Amino acid sequence: MTFKIVIKRLLFFVLVVWAASTIVFFIPRLSSRNAIRERFGELARTGGFSPADIEKLIASMQQQFGLDKPLLEQYWQYLGNITRLDFGYSLSRYPTTATEVIAQSLPWTIGLLLVTTVLSFVIGTLLGAVAAWPKSPGWLRSMATPFILLTGVPPVIMGILLLFFIGFRLKWLPLGGAYSVGVVPTWSWTFFFDLMQHQILPALALILGSVGGWVLSMRGMGITIQGEDYVNFAEHKGLTGGRIFRDYYLRNALLPQVTGLALALGTVVTSAVIVEGLFGLPGIGTALNLAIRANDFPVIYGIVIFITIAIAALMTILEFVYPLLDPRIREN
Amino acid sequence: MANIAMTPEQQSIHHPSGLTLFLRYMRRNKGLALGVLILLALTLFTVIGLVVVNPKHAYPLSAPLKLPPSLRYPLGTDFFGRNLLAAMVVGMWQTALIGLLAGGIGTLVGVLLGFTSAYFGGWVDSAIRTACQILTPIPVLLIQVVVAGSLDKRDVTIFTMALIVAMLAWMGPTLVIRAQVMTMKERQFVSVAKLSGMGDFSIIFKEILPNLLPFIAAAFVGQVFAAVFASFYLAVLGLGPLREPLLGNIIWAAQSQGAFFNGWWWWPLEPAFAMILILGALALVNMGLDELANPRIRRSE
Repeated sequence: MTFKIVIKRLLFFVLVVWAASTIVFFIPRLSSRNAIRERFGELARTGGFSPADIEKLIASMQQQFGLDKPLLEQYWQYLGNITRLDFGYSLSRYPTTATEVIAQSLPWTIGLLLVTTVLSFVIGTLLGAVAAWPKSPGWLRSMATPFILLTGVPPVIMGILLLFFIGFRLKWLPLGGAYSVGVVPTWSWTFFFDLMQHQILPALALILGSVGGWVLSMRGMGITIQGEDYVNFAEHKGLTGGRIFRDYYLRNALLPQVTGLALALGTVVTSAVIVEGLFGLPGIGTALNLAIRANDFPVIYGIVIFITIAIAALMTILEFVYPLLDPRIREN
Repeated sequence: MANIAMTPEQQSIHHPSGLTLFLRYMRRNKGLALGVLILLALTLFTVIGLVVVNPKHAYPLSAPLKLPPSLRYPLGTDFFGRNLLAAMVVGMWQTALIGLLAGGIGTLVGVLLGFTSAYFGGWVDSAIRTACQILTPIPVLLIQVVVAGSLDKRDVTIFTMALIVAMLAWMGPTLVIRAQVMTMKERQFVSVAKLSGMGDFSIIFKEILPNLLPFIAAAFVGQVFAAVFASFYLAVLGLGPLREPLLGNIIWAAQSQGAFFNGWWWWPLEPAFAMILILGALALVNMGLDELANPRIRRSE
């Protein structure tokens, strides 16, 4: 890969983050809603401040958040802050910054996302490949069908169904939360098992909700590849079925699947965020839920921009991995 | 031999009507048929429901609270005193409205931009393409969260929901239509039309557009699916029009009142099943149309 392509990809990454940040900067400023005024309005209703004091407070807060400066200056300062991952203070948990809120919930989300995405990608890709391969046994091929039927079911709804049938009816697994109420987090096996028990349902919801998509795209790819000359050639060379399946068929069908993964990252992350909110796991999703309920705008915007940065970065990394998988790209 | 083809008997060949051809195609494309059937059933449910049920009962304090399904309230009532049958009917209607509106706007913008981009090429093309490429990785739902969150709660209605969803939904159709027009531009019938002196607009409308209809239909169904999905997610996060019985809103309300913990299982389950039917049917129709539009992915068996 040449230096020029690397620069181009990095530039693309910067452009994506810039576009997202700009949208997030300007949309709230187009609306008539004033977060600080709303916040202090609430305080005034409960606290009994005099209206003049409230106005002073609002003015000083506006100054502190830099909202009294000209728009362009605010914009520059804001872009600078984003390069330092500084999204300002949380309104509802004041001394904490939005970045700290994100950092606290991030490990949970990364753990859940990594496990579920890898599992559903691998299972879906293999099932799809097997489903399209004419020589695979019938029982294996038919295993793909139930997953394809689940394609239309969003992970959140899958979560609700699992909550009802497995959590509420059968009482096999807990209904939500990160660990049982009253348990103190410690480095012990009992706590670890308790923790894992609470992760099973959300993980299942995400996996069942997304495997079907991978099955479908892989099956489509597999069907097109079977007619290709190189597969026929391999058959005429007398290679074993397993060898053809692995080296000629799977290897070539896998490439678009990796591109698909890069494109699906946005959906994958948002699904995880919403499922986390549903199950009350202490990840980014719950942080976003709480922030929406409390009108905590710095945290909402921080989470949105942070996730965009993460997705754009992952896409860029996948772009760099792509030539390692595909010799044709490496040659050019 | 040539004379045989001219015999009168040959002229009375039975031409199957459009309907039979349609039904025959449906028998081959079973997914499409099933999807269309479910959508028809849902439409029937909504239309009959809107006539039979009083839509006012879909709003809070119109029925007794927290009743499980019974003869009088077939789907039960919720914590806020909605008759859930009425809520399902109205919610289904509103979901359809948002989906069709947002899907329609998204597809229209996509078709216009895709055509402009592919047909005129040059800097217009690269500008539109770059914009699409840069906007695609940004998680649409999160931007929608920012938009919906910046609005005054009173301004969030079914129509603003549709607009919020449509605003960031045009990139997909733009790229699909652009790619199709690009290939079609090189086809012979377009060159012939150009050589015969047809203008840009009549080539677009008389030559290219009719050939694109299956793709546009597929893009439209895909957009409706995406719009229903996105508005559902927004509502589940509590960013929908809170008074309206949108399916996602019902789930949000049930979730925030701890419906399962309190044993009100019917409350979140009913909108969940309704949503499965809607999204499942749309996904089936979408796949079926893809098969119709792209012969390359037609089943090999």
